[in-house]
Amino acid sequence: MIRSIATKKAGRVRKHLWASRYLYLFLLPSIIYILFFNYAPLYGIQIAFKYFQPIKGIIGSRWIGFDNFTRLFKSYYFGRLLRNTVSLSLYNLIAGFPFPIFLALLFNEIKNEKLKKAVQTVSYLPHFISIIVLVGILNLLLSQSTGLLNTFRVKMGMQTIPFMVSASLFPSVYVWSGIWQHAGWNAIIYIAALTSIDPQLHEAAQIDGASRLQRIWHINLPGIRSTAVILFIMNVGHVMNLGFEKVYLMQNDMNIETSQVIATFVYESGLIKADYGFSTAIGLFNNVINVILLVIVNSIAKKLGETSLF
Amino acid sequence: MKMRQSREDNIFSVVIAVMTCIFIVVILYPLWFVLVASFSGPVEVFAGRVWIWPVNFNIEAYRRIFMDGEVFVGYRNTIVYTILGTFVSIILTLSAAYPLSRKKLYGRNIIMGLFAFTMFFGGGLIPTYLIVKGAGLYNNLWVMILVGSLSVYNVIVARTFLQSTIVEEIYEASDVDGANDIKVFFTVVLPLSAPILAVLTLFYAVGFWNNYFTGLIYLRDRSRYPLQLYLREILVIDTADNVVETLEVDMNRVLVKESIKYGVIIVSSVPMLILYPFLQRFFVKGVMIGAIKG
Repeated sequence: MIRSIATKKAGRVRKHLWASRYLYLFLLPSIIYILFFNYAPLYGIQIAFKYFQPIKGIIGSRWIGFDNFTRLFKSYYFGRLLRNTVSLSLYNLIAGFPFPIFLALLFNEIKNEKLKKAVQTVSYLPHFISIIVLVGILNLLLSQSTGLLNTFRVKMGMQTIPFMVSASLFPSVYVWSGIWQHAGWNAIIYIAALTSIDPQLHEAAQIDGASRLQRIWHINLPGIRSTAVILFIMNVGHVMNLGFEKVYLMQNDMNIETSQVIATFVYESGLIKADYGFSTAIGLFNNVINVILLVIVNSIAKKLGETSLF
Repeated sequence: MKMRQSREDNIFSVVIAVMTCIFIVVILYPLWFVLVASFSGPVEVFAGRVWIWPVNFNIEAYRRIFMDGEVFVGYRNTIVYTILGTFVSIILTLSAAYPLSRKKLYGRNIIMGLFAFTMFFGGGLIPTYLIVKGAGLYNNLWVMILVGSLSVYNVIVARTFLQSTIVEEIYEASDVDGANDIKVFFTVVLPLSAPILAVLTLFYAVGFWNNYFTGLIYLRDRSRYPLQLYLREILVIDTADNVVETLEVDMNRVLVKESIKYGVIIVSSVPMLILYPFLQRFFVKGVMIGAIKG
């Protein structure tokens, strides 16, 4: 009896599998791809707990437990790495967050449709500049000896400022150039939220004699609040996920004090110094914190009744 | 009452106009300055005499860039990587998004989970490096095409698009007609996918064009470098502050080098600048599709 139910169930599964056979065929290339590029490296994570020697390979290398991790936690630069990563991320998040909202509200007030389109088009332009070109422009305009801004300051009789080679100025140059590059692009989602506000609300408010500023404050801002909340929460979840590429390009001996973050340190210790196990351990440490942050943040988003990530 | 109100709104309009102008200047002026400086004499740029129009107009910087030729090796490589990479990416993305958009796919949630997991947890730099190197992709031009050619985020965007565009009834009707899922894909799904194809092409193409990280890690031969890595040498490694501080050099040579940098930025951005006005509406569309979560 039980057996016949089991075979019946197996038969049903087989029927479903057979019905989906062509769809599996479609999935084959991408599944092979992620198995190779995303899942196979997971197996390599074990070298975080090993004394990795390339000749012996991933399996052959000797287990050393948590030695790589204790070496990291005990090192004098660990505090600095953590502090730089978190403070740069938070600075970026807090300074960068209001601008897209402000821009969306501003664009929304431009009543001439053609002008509005043109302004928006200009606003996304910097988003598509490569990071190398962006840092190149920063080097050119902010250079202490030949840059436009410092040349101007000299003309005005002011002191030059070493924007690109100063540890105290690095976070600001990093964050504000990022705002310049991405604020317009990040405004798109708020602009979409603004267009979904019921125009009748505005009409009613107008009849009641509300000024444009009052309507922004009482209608537009509440209208994009939920979008803002969910985006903010998601950004908090990525605080430890600071990108490598731009920091690495802006980093030099003079600003290393504030520009050395976890991502650049993983690169440096792994690919420059070939300390594979150690580098993997740092990466894993960072990755685990990321996942924990995301899970916390997601449950908060769920509790608030906003849409969640997963 | 009515008068006062409209006056308040008039002031408001002026404030909006002023802020919009400031915004446009802040965004465009640095880019405009790079363009103008690239056509000006290096000494004039250094002396701060170049502001809005080229001073001592010349194309010396461009002549040097064209003579050097290395930038064009990078250009050629990047064009190859971008075209092939985008092609592979589109095939991978769409061939994943289509089955995942079908309700009838058995085990859909498990497979979706398999994809989504990679967005949150990965092996990290070194384990990935070892795997890629182990597969013989180190210093191989395929590495520039294959690494990063499947973005799970884009799969989700494409899947959301397909789910909202093609209703279940269409699949049922095709089923009655006796068409299998492969045939349905080519006769029904693909013809309706033009907007998402445009969006994906643009996102991937810009990504490949701007990518330097893959080359930095996996390429050794300079002859295979993408444009961005040559740009890195010119724009980032060899900066004026480093040069001037380390040794007393001929200021004139430093200035010529600086003017080449302005030119190189323009040369590398030309394709983007030409295509940008035509393509930008697709980018926006992509963000919108991505924002509507499935």
